[in-house]
Amino acid sequence: MPALTVNGKSHSLDVPPDMPLLWALRDVIGLTGTKFGCGIAACGACTVHVDGQPTRSCVTPVSAVAGKKIVTIEALDQDPVGRKVQAAWREIDVVQCGYCQSGQIMSAAALLATQPRPSDADIDAAMAGNICRCGTYGRIRTAIKRAAEST
Amino acid sequence: MNAVVRALGEQSTSRRRFLQGGGGLLLGFALPGFGAEQPRNEKPPEAAVGHATRAMTQESSGLEPNAFIRIDRAGAVTLIVHKVEMGQGTFTSLPMLLAEELEVDLQQVKLEQAPADNERYGDPLLGGQVTGGSTSIRATWKPLRQAGATARTMLVSAAAQQWKVDPSTCVARNGVVTHGASNRSLKYGELVDAAAKLPVPKDVALKQPKDFTLIGKAHHRLDSPDKIDGKAQFGIDVRLPNMSVAAVAISPVPGGKLQSADDKKAMAVKGVRQVVKLDHAVAVLGDHMWAAKQGLAALSPKWNEGANATLTTASLVAGLRAASEKQGAVARNDGQADKAIAAAPRKIEAIYEMPYLAHATMEPMNCTVDLRNGLCELWVGTQVPALAQGTAAKLTGLALDKVRVHNHYLGGGFGRRLETDFIALAVEIAKQANGPVKVVYSREDDIQHDMYRPYYLDRMSAGLDDAFVPLGWFHRIVGSSIMARFAPAAVQNGIDSDAVEGAKDQPYAIPNVRVEYVRHESPVPTAFWRGVGATHNIWVVESFIDELAAAAKQDPLTYRRGLLKDQPRMRTVLDLAANKAGWSKPLRAIEGRRVGRGISVQFAFGSYMSQVAEISVGADGEVQVHRVVCAVDCGQIVNPDTVIAQIESGVVFGLGAALWNEVTFDKGRVQQNNFTDYRVMRINEAPAIEVYMVKSNDAPGGIGEPGTSAIAPALTNAIFAATGQRLRKLPVTATSLKA
Repeated sequence: MPALTVNGKSHSLDVPPDMPLLWALRDVIGLTGTKFGCGIAACGACTVHVDGQPTRSCVTPVSAVAGKKIVTIEALDQDPVGRKVQAAWREIDVVQCGYCQSGQIMSAAALLATQPRPSDADIDAAMAGNICRCGTYGRIRTAIKRAAEST
Repeated sequence: MNAVVRALGEQSTSRRRFLQGGGGLLLGFALPGFGAEQPRNEKPPEAAVGHATRAMTQESSGLEPNAFIRIDRAGAVTLIVHKVEMGQGTFTSLPMLLAEELEVDLQQVKLEQAPADNERYGDPLLGGQVTGGSTSIRATWKPLRQAGATARTMLVSAAAQQWKVDPSTCVARNGVVTHGASNRSLKYGELVDAAAKLPVPKDVALKQPKDFTLIGKAHHRLDSPDKIDGKAQFGIDVRLPNMSVAAVAISPVPGGKLQSADDKKAMAVKGVRQVVKLDHAVAVLGDHMWAAKQGLAALSPKWNEGANATLTTASLVAGLRAASEKQGAVARNDGQADKAIAAAPRKIEAIYEMPYLAHATMEPMNCTVDLRNGLCELWVGTQVPALAQGTAAKLTGLALDKVRVHNHYLGGGFGRRLETDFIALAVEIAKQANGPVKVVYSREDDIQHDMYRPYYLDRMSAGLDDAFVPLGWFHRIVGSSIMARFAPAAVQNGIDSDAVEGAKDQPYAIPNVRVEYVRHESPVPTAFWRGVGATHNIWVVESFIDELAAAAKQDPLTYRRGLLKDQPRMRTVLDLAANKAGWSKPLRAIEGRRVGRGISVQFAFGSYMSQVAEISVGADGEVQVHRVVCAVDCGQIVNPDTVIAQIESGVVFGLGAALWNEVTFDKGRVQQNNFTDYRVMRINEAPAIEVYMVKSNDAPGGIGEPGTSAIAPALTNAIFAATGQRLRKLPVTATSLKA
């Protein structure tokens, strides 16, 4: 019965320890902003922050994150860098279908938290794990740079 | 896809009501994310579906001049969007059309997704309630502006009557009617009761383009805020009280049947509630997806694979090749192409092949069903809400009005969500389920149980004179007919109008042209895929014309221009793309790589487009796309930023597919599994994309798909320029480009 700290709130869950964090968030806690895309850490749609690190929740068992600080897209606006990323996303109109964007934004915010002025190569390295089938990549790059300028 | 138009239109005379506009009572329900949350059973279902929305909310009668606008006494304006939002921007551009004429602030309106209703929300182009074929703006450009103007006219009339002045002396702006001469004004909310008593005017004057304040100006997406903080609700996000989540195993071979499954082992998994067996599939229902998946893994289903268990890609292609020897139905026949080619001093022949493709939308297929008390409710993201409703009605035996479709944001459509196969599966499971059930495909299910873009095989030949000017052009298309299944009436005299789009209307001035279509079906289910017929045919036509230019040892741009003398809009975009790309200047060399530039031009979906791709090929054969320059004339532009975004999107989507994607079969099974072996373009691989728009007041053209259809030939023509290798088979990786 792992206790999870999600967005500052503690949850005591009756789930198997090997259950991926993704399903605990979506199906048990009810935070559906984190998306299911592939189940094998190949698309990045499920990205959350675990102690600040971008983490693919679809392959992360709940037992591995018990006691750690988990942040999902729903609480990203509590973080100044997160707010800047979201503002840049709005300004550049990055989203299309929007399904991958929670994961994109979580990856981008984690990048900017450690690299306030990322180069194109930094952006490639941090964001290549996040697929967007609408092909919003050019705008993602622009928005990350815009967010960096505003920090 | 334009052919769905006629086909579905013929089946539905009631669509005329839409075209007439006005009159009807409003129907509409809040799209989760825009309105209040609507948890099942917390409120009567009608609150969520719309027929009784007003009664439920105690909203005043207000003004409802048509099915797209509602204004209440407090002045709150609700715009009903009858096209689904799958990324293409309809939830911004359609409200812009309404608000332009209604004269309201777009930031203040509330948006609602229209319910399933073919009668009120059928598309005059597509005939039914369908979002697809790059038609949304084309179809709504006039009716939605008329809907806005009708409401505004009634509000102005109501104010003028109250003030006893001529309506022409009143001005409506920003939700207020003003009579400048007497310095009086009334807000829309103050006028709705009086306006609602007025007859709905039949003819209303629309604004001149010079007076547009919204149309033609970049407007931020209205769905952005909800899509950046996790609030936006997709079908997969639905949660109902006591709902189970289902994982499914579907027969790996098309047409196979379930033989056995180990229920006991599945039921022993903690959290598993139920095993549901169907003819061709088995589902495990659990408290959550993890329990369902674990249960499914314990189930060890066995299948009677049936007649298709020996299917391979090679056998499928052999079937197409044999069919290509037959004469097809004739889609176009100018002059005598066969004779002209036979008599020409030079002859060029080629066979082109395009593979089966999966859609791989980011949101895997899913559908939630609650079936009880003589009512079937669906929570889903679909491009065809009325078809979804019909599918569920048929399977449950319920009347249409007992099936309610709660449509959501779509996590990608690309044609996949024009199909209702996954909705039917969910309804079948729900018929046996104890309580509401959410059926979610794994990514593997999504790729292996897609309905695929058909494999096409095209035979091309051309006869040229001594100056390499084409005298005759022959194009035989061989492949599955999607229309024959989707909208049978769209197949006339053996011609699937979608399958020949972009081929039948190839634009080059050639005196003898013959275009044939041979329908060839296999057990592989086929469906529309972004760009539909044009994505296939434009690649073939634009590759083959490039072959002719190469044979003539002419510049591909010059050669095309020479054959497009009577096509001013085509030449305009061709020249614009070429100029912006710097076509006449040599490409910068890249150490150790072969560089090349390719061009394409097309008329598709009502829009003219040309693209130039700059690529390089490494010694290992890996292709990098550095830059894509696109010029477009899509007539009157509604939201320029959406046009740019859709082209960026279409280019990336089309590039990934052309470079890497194919769905292959062995032992009757799809061999691809996930994004690991169905490669999707990533940020580090995406080119810089530049879009240049031609200013035009012509009727709007479609923009969701042209970017996809134009890019594949620009890419492969660039590879030819770089390597001398003409690619006649996609994906690019099917051919070794090693130095």
